[in-house]
Amino acid sequence: MQFDPFVIPFNIGLYFILIYAVTRSVIWFRELSRPDKLRLQRGFFGKAFGQSLMEIFLESLIHRKILKKNLRIGYMHMSLAFGWFLLILFGTLEVDIFGASHLNAPYKAIFFKFFNPDHGQTPFEAGYSFLMDLILAFILSGLLLAIIKRFSSKAVGMKKTTRLKTLDKVALTSLWLIFPSRLIAESLTSGAYGTGSFLTGTLGSWLASFLSANEVAYPFWWLYSLSLGTFFVLLPLTRYLHIPTELFLIFMRNSGISTGDKTGAFSEVEVHSCSSCGICIDQCQLSFSAGINNIQSAYLMKAIRNNADTYDIAHNCLLCGRCDRACPVGIELSPIRMIQRRAGESETKYTNTWKGYFRNKHSVSVQKQNTKSIYDFLPESNPDKADILYFAGCMTHLTPSIKIAMTRIMNASGLKWSFIDEKGGVCCGRPLMLAGQDKEARELINFNSQIIWKTGAHTLVTSCPICYKVFKESYYLDVEVLHHTQFIKNCIDEDLVKMNFIHKKVTYHSPCELGRNSGIYDEPREVLKHVANLETTGFEDENSLCCGGSLGNIILSQAKKRQIATDVAAELTKKNPDYLATACPLCKKTLAPVTKSRVADISEIVAEAIVLPVIKKNTERYKKPVRESAGIA
Amino acid sequence: MYKFGFSLTKARVINYESNDRSIVDFILEREPSLNLCIECGGCSATCTTGNYTNFSLREIHILLKRGENEQVRDKIKQCMLCGKCSLVCPRGVNTRNVVFLAKQAFQKFTGHAV
Repeated sequence: MQFDPFVIPFNIGLYFILIYAVTRSVIWFRELSRPDKLRLQRGFFGKAFGQSLMEIFLESLIHRKILKKNLRIGYMHMSLAFGWFLLILFGTLEVDIFGASHLNAPYKAIFFKFFNPDHGQTPFEAGYSFLMDLILAFILSGLLLAIIKRFSSKAVGMKKTTRLKTLDKVALTSLWLIFPSRLIAESLTSGAYGTGSFLTGTLGSWLASFLSANEVAYPFWWLYSLSLGTFFVLLPLTRYLHIPTELFLIFMRNSGISTGDKTGAFSEVEVHSCSSCGICIDQCQLSFSAGINNIQSAYLMKAIRNNADTYDIAHNCLLCGRCDRACPVGIELSPIRMIQRRAGESETKYTNTWKGYFRNKHSVSVQKQNTKSIYDFLPESNPDKADILYFAGCMTHLTPSIKIAMTRIMNASGLKWSFIDEKGGVCCGRPLMLAGQDKEARELINFNSQIIWKTGAHTLVTSCPICYKVFKESYYLDVEVLHHTQFIKNCIDEDLVKMNFIHKKVTYHSPCELGRNSGIYDEPREVLKHVANLETTGFEDENSLCCGGSLGNIILSQAKKRQIATDVAAELTKKNPDYLATACPLCKKTLAPVTKSRVADISEIVAEAIVLPVIKKNTERYKKPVRESAGIA
Repeated sequence: MYKFGFSLTKARVINYESNDRSIVDFILEREPSLNLCIECGGCSATCTTGNYTNFSLREIHILLKRGENEQVRDKIKQCMLCGKCSLVCPRGVNTRNVVFLAKQAFQKFTGHAV
């Protein structure tokens, strides 16, 4: 018995998905830009290849990152992915060892029991069956968790799980049916022949005690094959496309390809690598503080895949970057969101064709642009020469205490500095960028660049992390850009400013733009440790919260922003600190009204701690008689 | 005639029944908080652009309500979206979104990028 009609659905599905995977890979490869193609080629023959294989094993099969984050969810993903992999691997070996010939058709391995029902007589064979049963039990335990998660996400330690579309549900059902139908089919066949191990054997002999096992088994073999076939055919249309795509993504990423600022093959691969695991939903503050549950990154990826309208999803986001750090697949979520925000200006767009099996890349005609300068009203300025520039930024001008504190620190340092926007400067351009208006932002960048260039300075200090990020990344200047916390840290290291230790309890709120988005975690903390008692909050570094006031979100109402800020302030002031320290004027402005603790910028605390230079007071005058000092004899 | 340097302003009649409220409706539908505005002018006082020009969000709001869209179109593009106005607003109007939506509305209704 070497063939039976029931294997046809499985075979159709398998060969379909194989051909599909090859076609899609070729399309993606062709759409890569030329430098990226070269990177990929270099990666293929270099170190990246080994790294990728390792990462594929650790992340795609074992799901290490998810395991670290949440043991139950990690186990669920691992048992399904790694278990299924082992089942295929050992199934292929099984048919190779025990089958009639070597190099068999794939279906022989999948339906081994059907074609070799009396397998499992000798001790070696029985041992092998035990192994196969163990793997199946491993998968089924994960499946049980998956079913529990679908009905109650809290039971597996997730606050929320993703909502699905109809096709996803069909694919999900077929996926869920695969392993139970295999269990029942194998059990019944084993029961009829008295073979099988602890799982299939026991269940089989029990079922065979009251059923004519051999006849009942046949429909279950059909069901097994059908569910596999259905799953494979629907795979490209659903989130399960992440299974093959993720391998591609890992390899591309290790070869050094990144998202960039335009839609392209890599962002497409990223979008299709999202498994909708829902970990980003649990991380999102809009979800757990503001109760907005339809804009998280998993839904953005889904909307892009389905060609849906992404306006609300793309714009209603704080861009705090918490989901970027949490994503177990490592998708660059914020850059993709920024691409969607720029969508009106971007030249390429993807739409679904072939009922969604393929996506068509085409150019969108860019709307007529005003070539005239928009900000031509800005005056030409001739700033003084200086070594160090201080750019306060719009937000610092709204929180003058930071400005005053910084002036004091700068003066105390004794360096030759200049305050370039003392009388109100021009915006740094980042807010426009966050709104997806890069062309306008570029004009402001050019304007500010000119001023900085004219001063001939080598160091630019800014108080606002929003400005810091844009100065650092989008200005092409020959100056060292420092956030004021870095500057103060330098002053301490070089002994330029002397500070007292103020015996106050301080907790630190790490601003998103400075921390997660620019990678500055240590300097602010070291400065605070130098001048005060820094307490931990439980939301350190990558896990820090967003104050809610982010300029990244254009749509969010002030009430919701306040709600987020209230939650954050409550979390950070649990230890009743004297100061809630932050390093961003916008965070200060957002947090100050919602907490009873005093919210202060690091510069303010430092300014308070600065040791005043001892002034030699002229007290001689008071020691002499009045007449004498007045010059009257 | 001798020019004294001043003249009589032209009579301006705004017909509230036939004015074009398409832009302001587009904005209000998506950002209803604009209705909370009390025209205090806080936004104009703090404005970064207002530091250099006579740009005023308060004025823009009034012009939009009157349907004098042409004047708004020229002015609105000067905004730098820095967001100071939304921080000082005592009524919690999401002013950044108002400007952002106004730019979009012009793009949508007139077919020209602002």
